Amino acid sequence: MSWEFIHYGLGRWIHILFGVMWIGLLYYFNFVQVDAMKKAAADTPPSGAGISKHVAPLALFYFRWAAVGTWVMGAFLLGDKFAQAFLFREQAYVPIGIGAWLGTIMLFNVWVLIWPNQKKILGFVPASDAEKAKARRVAFLASRTNTMLSIPMIFFMSSSALFHRGLFA
Amino acid sequence: MKNPLDSLWGTVISGLVLTVVLYYLARAMMGGSP
Repeated sequence: MSWEFIHYGLGRWIHILFGVMWIGLLYYFNFVQVDAMKKAAADTPPSGAGISKHVAPLALFYFRWAAVGTWVMGAFLLGDKFAQAFLFREQAYVPIGIGAWLGTIMLFNVWVLIWPNQKKILGFVPASDAEKAKARRVAFLASRTNTMLSIPMIFFMSSSALFHRGLFA
Repeated sequence: MKNPLDSLWGTVISGLVLTVVLYYLARAMMGGSP
């Protein structure tokens, strides 16, 4: 088994596996759970407790660690071109560099804005009602920001190899 | 003004607009015609 196969074959495969889990769960939260929880809260009595207790914590566990796995495998794929991509040192690495920056901002949002605030919302750490309300808004906007950023991020990740065929000419 | 991220469609449209903006930025950074 050659190093090239491990690097670009297995590496890309694992990067995409983690990425599907991360963005798949992000879309589950934004396209399904937010709306479902709103409707559940309006039920009499409210019916969303099972989602908060059993679904959200597990989904958040895979979500945040898949984000780490995606980023680490992305960095592994860039290898010695990591700095060229992030610092836009070579024109050929501009598209993947933009994708990498978007992914990095999204990883930051997951660990610095979404997860600490979700811990307050789900009761893993103590928080007053006012703190929970604020945490809900911050986590929601960070999650929506990531959904927005995922659209160009996936474009640049999936199209960066095509730059030399005229797509970016 | 309402935050576009409060609605799912606002979020998706913002993402598509950002994609177009970044696409032209990438082209310009790569020395292509804007």
